Amino acid sequence: MTIYLPIAEVSVSAFLLLGIGGLVGLLSGLFGVGGGFLITPLLFFVGIPPAVAVASSANQIVASSVSALLAHLRRRNVDLVMGMVLLVGGLVGSALGVVVFNILKRVGQVDLAVSLCYVVFLGIVGAMMLAESLRALLRQRAGAVPKRRRHNWVHALPFKMKFRVSGLYISVIPPLMVGLAVGVLAAIMGVGGGFIMVPAMIYLLGMPTKVVIGTSLFQILFVTAFTTMLHAVTSHSVDLVLALLLIVGGVIGAQFGTRIGARMRAEQLRILLALLVLGVCIQLGLELVLHPGDLFSIEAAR
Amino acid sequence: MKRLALLLVLLLAVPATAPVAAQERLVFGLSQEEVAITATFDGDDLLIFGAIARESPLPADPAQVIVTISGPTRPVTVRHKERRFGIWVNTEHVLIDAAPSYYAVATSAPLEEVLTYTEDMRYGVTLPHAIRSVGNQVLNSADYTEALMRIRGRQGFYRMMEGEVDFAESTLFRTRMTLPANLTEGAYQARILLTRNGEVVDELHAQIPVFKVGLERWLYNLAQNFAPLYGLLALSLAAFAGWAASAAFSLLRR
Repeated sequence: MTIYLPIAEVSVSAFLLLGIGGLVGLLSGLFGVGGGFLITPLLFFVGIPPAVAVASSANQIVASSVSALLAHLRRRNVDLVMGMVLLVGGLVGSALGVVVFNILKRVGQVDLAVSLCYVVFLGIVGAMMLAESLRALLRQRAGAVPKRRRHNWVHALPFKMKFRVSGLYISVIPPLMVGLAVGVLAAIMGVGGGFIMVPAMIYLLGMPTKVVIGTSLFQILFVTAFTTMLHAVTSHSVDLVLALLLIVGGVIGAQFGTRIGARMRAEQLRILLALLVLGVCIQLGLELVLHPGDLFSIEAAR
Repeated sequence: MKRLALLLVLLLAVPATAPVAAQERLVFGLSQEEVAITATFDGDDLLIFGAIARESPLPADPAQVIVTISGPTRPVTVRHKERRFGIWVNTEHVLIDAAPSYYAVATSAPLEEVLTYTEDMRYGVTLPHAIRSVGNQVLNSADYTEALMRIRGRQGFYRMMEGEVDFAESTLFRTRMTLPANLTEGAYQARILLTRNGEVVDELHAQIPVFKVGLERWLYNLAQNFAPLYGLLALSLAAFAGWAASAAFSLLRR
């Protein structure tokens, strides 16, 4: 059954979109990431115009993060104070990102910028995650106890603030910067930024793993909501029908993902996720390097 | 065919309306007056048929028919990739001022038998003459126009259908045009040309409006004209879906 998407102005199989939503939902349930970094490239692949893909997947992430955030709030795994600080940075970053996005669109470099961002960030995060989880796996085999987190340069900065839920007393500058960076990426790449924020919160801010996912979801929810709004107003590129299909698929997929995830070990899951992230990175990287089928591309004025 | 016959009868019945000067005159009809893009739209077939009305006996040279359908013309940017620092980057671009979003030409015989080059240019029949590009900044701008035709041709938006007009007894003609699923909205122009010895004898135009209907139309208008409202609608739907999913599955788990 094909369905005509009113904003993207393309006709795509509804089941294909449900499938993409379902696959990404499965992964998000399995690994606890939003999956935006997968959805946007997959939508490019199906033939959705990049601008619409980025804006609509931001809308889809709103739905999946509301659903996940509610679960974490019930378990009190959300540091609202930290979330607010991250959010302030995130909103500024998101506004900046949309401005950058529209400039790139005008000069015709959106595709390149988005692909480059993906390759760089997925490469870094995937490699770090793989190395870290392999190390953890080896350590576990050796029977060693995981080390407590250390102090680093982050703790030397001014404007310190107390984050009770996270049990931290650190400067507000690093969380603001993390929020800002994630906001920019959310707007340009159409992702929630969980795959960057989660490692940053653990390794840079030293937050306890327990509250990291809930808190990042809090920030992601508001940043993607804001991004959706900005894209809707500035470039009219949010496709509601597309987003709804992805949401429905995602919701169902996430439940299966959670079930499967409960039967696997955390280290194994992280290695799998790292491999997946690296796979997407290599795929996108190859597209940049290999000779394209047609050296020309067209873009019609809307 | 029944419709064709009816058309002929009508023609013969009202010869008084025919202009005195014209020797031969085109009459034609369309299988549908408009194309509505619904939520399940996946392309459409358009049947164009007609006849040639004559007051004088059939001339010796064979008549030919050309049918063109053109989508709304819009500016198109064509970009060219080059290798920079090992990766492929868009470098130069050309703005083509007016390119039809869809363009199909069907003829009753190979093009060179149907139309001379000068007549083609005058009437802008084939694609290269239907696309306009003025004030280009790049030297080899012909490459860019060619690339546009190649890419849209591959996507099924530009079609050249030589010899695909059925032309019976130099009088009745019909052809079928396939409209792709990813259609742009707007007023589509259908044009029928009657030629003899490569010269255009008669020309007729008709408009086929192509538009979104129902929910598609409503959503598109909302997104364009009431963007903040549309954004809020998108967000509340997403938030509701997220909440509903969470509530539904926590109920299931119990």
